[in-house]
Amino acid sequence: MDKLLEINRLTKVFTLGNILSRIHITATDQISFYIKPAEIFALAGESGCGKTTAARMIMGFEEPTSGEIIHNGKKEAKNEKAWRTEGIQAIFQDPFGTFNPLRTVDQYFFDTVKNFKLAKNKVEAIEFIDQKLKAVGLSYEEFAGKYPSEFSGGQLQRISIARALLTNPTLLIADEPVSMVDASLRMSIVNLFKKLREEFGVSVLYITHDLATAYYVSDRIAIMFRGNIVEMGPVEQVLVTPRHPYTKLLRESIPEADPKKRWTTIVNLTELEQEEYLRKGCKFAGRCPDVMDICKGVAPADIVIDDVLVKCHKYSGSGSG
Amino acid sequence: MLDQPILRTERLKAFYVLDMQGTQKVVKAVNEVDLEVRENEVYGIAGESGCGKTTLLKAIFGAIDPPLRLLGGNVFYFMNGLGIDVTSLSAEEKRKLRMEYISYVPQGSMSVLNPVLKLNKTYQDFIGSHVGGQTRKEVFELARQHIAELGLPRNILDAYPHQLSGGMRQRVTIALAALLKPHIIIADEPTTALDVVVQRGVVQLLMDIQQKLKNTIIIVTHDMGVQANIADRIGIMYAGKFVEEATTEIIFSDPLHPYTRYLINSLPRFGDKTLRESVPGSPPSLANIPEGCTFHPRCPYVMEKCMVQIPDLISRTTDHKVACWLIEEGEWRQAHG
Repeated sequence: MDKLLEINRLTKVFTLGNILSRIHITATDQISFYIKPAEIFALAGESGCGKTTAARMIMGFEEPTSGEIIHNGKKEAKNEKAWRTEGIQAIFQDPFGTFNPLRTVDQYFFDTVKNFKLAKNKVEAIEFIDQKLKAVGLSYEEFAGKYPSEFSGGQLQRISIARALLTNPTLLIADEPVSMVDASLRMSIVNLFKKLREEFGVSVLYITHDLATAYYVSDRIAIMFRGNIVEMGPVEQVLVTPRHPYTKLLRESIPEADPKKRWTTIVNLTELEQEEYLRKGCKFAGRCPDVMDICKGVAPADIVIDDVLVKCHKYSGSGSG
Repeated sequence: MLDQPILRTERLKAFYVLDMQGTQKVVKAVNEVDLEVRENEVYGIAGESGCGKTTLLKAIFGAIDPPLRLLGGNVFYFMNGLGIDVTSLSAEEKRKLRMEYISYVPQGSMSVLNPVLKLNKTYQDFIGSHVGGQTRKEVFELARQHIAELGLPRNILDAYPHQLSGGMRQRVTIALAALLKPHIIIADEPTTALDVVVQRGVVQLLMDIQQKLKNTIIIVTHDMGVQANIADRIGIMYAGKFVEEATTEIIFSDPLHPYTRYLINSLPRFGDKTLRESVPGSPPSLANIPEGCTFHPRCPYVMEKCMVQIPDLISRTTDHKVACWLIEEGEWRQAHG
């Protein structure tokens, strides 16, 4: 099997307002991508670009308006949720929000072991849990009987990854797992993803706005903007030689840790997110430095150039649609 | 007037003293800090969460409320070359200095705006409490101009905070802090939790303000990328103390303290996918600081001396100070060939 998870033309429309003035926001607009086994796939973009909505639909928290999710070659069927828990686990942004502050963290582990019947007795359970904690660089002794507040953010995030590993998942969905963690400890989390991929063959859907770690850790990347995937392909190509003007903007906006490479150009910011969502044609046209007349009226098609998918009128002459 | 100090702390000590069921718990957030910030510079303070950065800013700003207590040391503001000891001022005197001499953009400042008031009401409240009588109207007119000058949309004052995006709210708060042209602006993690493009907009705004007002900005952030882009000098804080201080160029080209090296080397760079190590272990609890050098439990080059004696922050060259026994004993070069 070459595709672990396949997303086909997935669309989610949210309706805002009352009966008199109603706005439809297309949070994800016919997005398609796939994840291979033992692959780290990054979904990147600004907040409000639809990346979390996409993840929520994959995890089943949100029902798609249209489109399909194929997991392990099986299509999602209504009233059948079992396929979802099979091999998918999630890690969220705020590790302190993941755990109840009034429960000790080990209780979560024992609950999962019990619910999934992963061990026969307590001794076996402890051994099993210890083994998973070792995978993330912790041990049972330093974690037993402690409350979430007794850990640092980085440690707690690693604990939530260990919890996700209990059921031997094939896919981890990590929604902004490092944005609440100090820059100095971020690498310990992303290095962990690399290690899990290499040692256990786990695939990771890495959702982030931090392109520097996305470049460092992932194999392929999709850049989202206002509900569309505007560029997708191998991370080396997309981030080192970006084609879409939006990817270029993102790439330039990452602060380089080098005082000789300071920003010199001025950046335009949007005033209203809603306006961009409701825009006809290319959603980026209002901020694009290379904007053409056609961009304001017609939405660009997906164009494939050297394994990279680009959604931009600039390239409509070249490549194959 | 370059290189003139505008703010100085001397052996500043600010601890949180908590009473927990009869036993006292002392959190040593700012532990004998000597800091000098100069006129017309951007001073960056970097360090992990829980190293005392925010507490230091509170102490500098003179906003010390229980359980935080000032246990020693002084903070001086320099006005026309004259030092004023902030710790000796009354609350009313401090209030007068605020916004006009020093202003503070707190962490999560996106949520400091009153959600049920339009922004022009917030601005009016603020102008009313700092500017007297008839000039209020003029100042309000000035505020409109000020907002336009900083490149923010003019109609923003008629909006409620929830109608604006997080980045816009952050920029409005920064604009508000700069309104009365203070000599010092303190910004606590102004770019954290913002997207890269918006983050760039906020940094751009801070730089604009600094260039217009020719004042001093103290910026706290753990993001070394942002520091590299904005700061003139950087101080690295660890467990309530400064461990290294230098110009931005030197911090990035020749970091001396092992902690600073880790901070810089752990940053991912484009075009380089080799394994990057994060700082080993986790930051110490400020309620239970290790003996000797506070970094020694995580330091790969630890020596016996490090476990017992605290190294002082010593000048290596002009504009480069470091607190590490390796450097003092001259063993760093040996350890690194």
